[in-house]
Amino acid sequence: MKSLIQELVETTGPSGYESRVRDVIRTKIETLADEVYVDALGNLIAAKGEVESGGKKIMLAAHMDEIGIIATHIDELGFIRFTTIGGVRRQTCVGGRVRFLNGTRGVISYEDLGDVNKLPTFNQMYIDVGSTSRAECPVRVGDVAAFDRPFSSFGDRLVSKAMDDRIGTAVLIETLRLLNKTPNQVFFVFSVQEEVGLRGATTAAYGLDPDIGIAVDVTRSGDTPKGVKMEVSLGAGPAVKVRDSGMLSDPRVVSWMVDTAEKEKLPYQMEVLEAGTTDARAIQLTRAGVPAGCISIPCRYIHAPSEMVDYNDVQNAVQLLLALLKQEVNLE
Amino acid sequence: MSADTVKRDNAPKIRAAQIRLLERLCNASAVSGDEGEVRSIVLDEIRSHADQVEVDSIGNVLATKLGKSRHRKKRLRVMLAAHMDEIGFMLIHREDSSIFRFDTVGGIDVRQLVGKPVLVGQDHIPGVIGTKPIHLTTSNERKNTISLDALRIDIGLDSNPKVKVGDRATFATRFTRIGPSLRAKALDDRLGVATLIQLVKHAPENIDLLAAFTVQEEVGLRGAQVAAYTFDPDVGIALDSTPAIDLPDWEQEAGQEENSFYNTKLDGGPAIYLADSATLADPRLIRHFADTAEAAGIPFQFRQPGGGGTDAGAIHRSRAGIPSISVSVPARYLHTAAGIARLSDWRHTLTLLHTALTKMTPSLLSEPR
Repeated sequence: MKSLIQELVETTGPSGYESRVRDVIRTKIETLADEVYVDALGNLIAAKGEVESGGKKIMLAAHMDEIGIIATHIDELGFIRFTTIGGVRRQTCVGGRVRFLNGTRGVISYEDLGDVNKLPTFNQMYIDVGSTSRAECPVRVGDVAAFDRPFSSFGDRLVSKAMDDRIGTAVLIETLRLLNKTPNQVFFVFSVQEEVGLRGATTAAYGLDPDIGIAVDVTRSGDTPKGVKMEVSLGAGPAVKVRDSGMLSDPRVVSWMVDTAEKEKLPYQMEVLEAGTTDARAIQLTRAGVPAGCISIPCRYIHAPSEMVDYNDVQNAVQLLLALLKQEVNLE
Repeated sequence: MSADTVKRDNAPKIRAAQIRLLERLCNASAVSGDEGEVRSIVLDEIRSHADQVEVDSIGNVLATKLGKSRHRKKRLRVMLAAHMDEIGFMLIHREDSSIFRFDTVGGIDVRQLVGKPVLVGQDHIPGVIGTKPIHLTTSNERKNTISLDALRIDIGLDSNPKVKVGDRATFATRFTRIGPSLRAKALDDRLGVATLIQLVKHAPENIDLLAAFTVQEEVGLRGAQVAAYTFDPDVGIALDSTPAIDLPDWEQEAGQEENSFYNTKLDGGPAIYLADSATLADPRLIRHFADTAEAAGIPFQFRQPGGGGTDAGAIHRSRAGIPSISVSVPARYLHTAAGIARLSDWRHTLTLLHTALTKMTPSLLSEPR
């Protein structure tokens, strides 16, 4: 699974421009599902199984997009001004590198602020791609880029600029590969535009009209020096989301996840996230409402160019999902 | 008459009559939630040109002009949205017979309100956002901005029965043509409304044109949300107006050699959107509009990616998703008492839209994205 993860995280796909990620995933899943298609906004959807007696229509969602930047202006000397796509933080930009979809690489720097302790605003930053003039610059206004960092594996700890949420797409692909028999009809949704407001999951959920929704995404952890106060830590198992700032998980879905993990003797931890939300919120609020929850992969340094997860949590998330899906679901 | 001539004749033009229509539209009062005056102009203009016209529950005008192909699947269903509402004010409390406290509706910088003449209600009762004259202010007072709490609209009349709490008010600016420019209030988005009226009148025959003259855009894209649900189109296009922040003085003030944050520029042609806070424009539509403009020699510019939002933000998230984009006429000083736009930018916008629509087929959505 590590090579799958590496291939996914090293593919460039900022929100709205997920086509390369979609192509990679599509080749992996084409033969595994009963039906694979791309919807109007670009969500990749793979359907598996039929609803049998006692079964449900279940939507799983992991987003293909990552945060990035978009060029707003190329100046006379070939420097690129930009704005952000999704929750990019200023402190992780300076000195960082980006890679545009056309392959052009650049370095982020900033205007002299006259004070070394000051953090530049995005308007004070620019990207240097080595050009000396506007005419020579290979980047045009509207071109998008993602952060440029190779995948690293420190033993079981995996590091990348796009664990959020390629690790979720890897979990879905692996789950689809291993799912033999299910009384449920399962829709594996590889969604677009999550980082700019859950937009792909919003329309995919409307289109699918599922009975139950589960997002697979990353969550913060509380296990770093003077970090946020939070129960979740890397390596302690996939996290069952109880709430985040955009959603209260359906308590029946939470119980279903917890009971299944206990029964299967899989490690898990409970998650209460105080900032951020996932595609599960969009699913929960579609049409007349859908019971929804989320399985989270604990992740350090989210939205920095080096997001870190634990490989064991990833594998256990696959096992938990498989255990959830192979059984009849009764949420009463 | 050759086929070419016929085709060219169907292309909409902006001449004196169209400018007069824009004048009527800009001078009408239609603050969000109270769009009736613009709606009746729109209905009068399009009724005889559309196959179907309705006013929906929230007040949008929804007009359908079907394409000519007998095969439904050969006609792309294209929704075009332009919002009828404008930013403005609402009277919230009568303090004495002629003085009202008011609130702003939509995005308004309170600093620019002091001393502005306004028109209250559908009867256009004249009023003013009054302020203390310079004779009586201290130099310290003149350094401070005046908060909304301290501002009042004065209609100068004793107990006018027509004016009441809940009435809207707009800036009193009247439309003026100044050489190559148009100066008016509410160019955002009467330019879009006027453009969409021309497109309904000259609808390309290859598509089903679904025109939505929307309400309540300035307070959160509310009309477009329900209009998109009703139409359930294949493609969504918002026609709007977007700020041009291209003044040379501002560049110098910012201490920069080059203005990098202009959003759009006057005389740059129609502004094609790439990304704003509400929408990431569909890459296939960006390409379609840019390629159409280049092939036809129509000047255009990309609006700088950044904040803001248009009706496309509501349309693309409707139902199971609708590939969407926005095209705007650039204008200076939007959301103030008077904006300035260029007639040539408006003309090029209409030409670009009409030409791009004429080239739209369902195969557009099979292209790579």
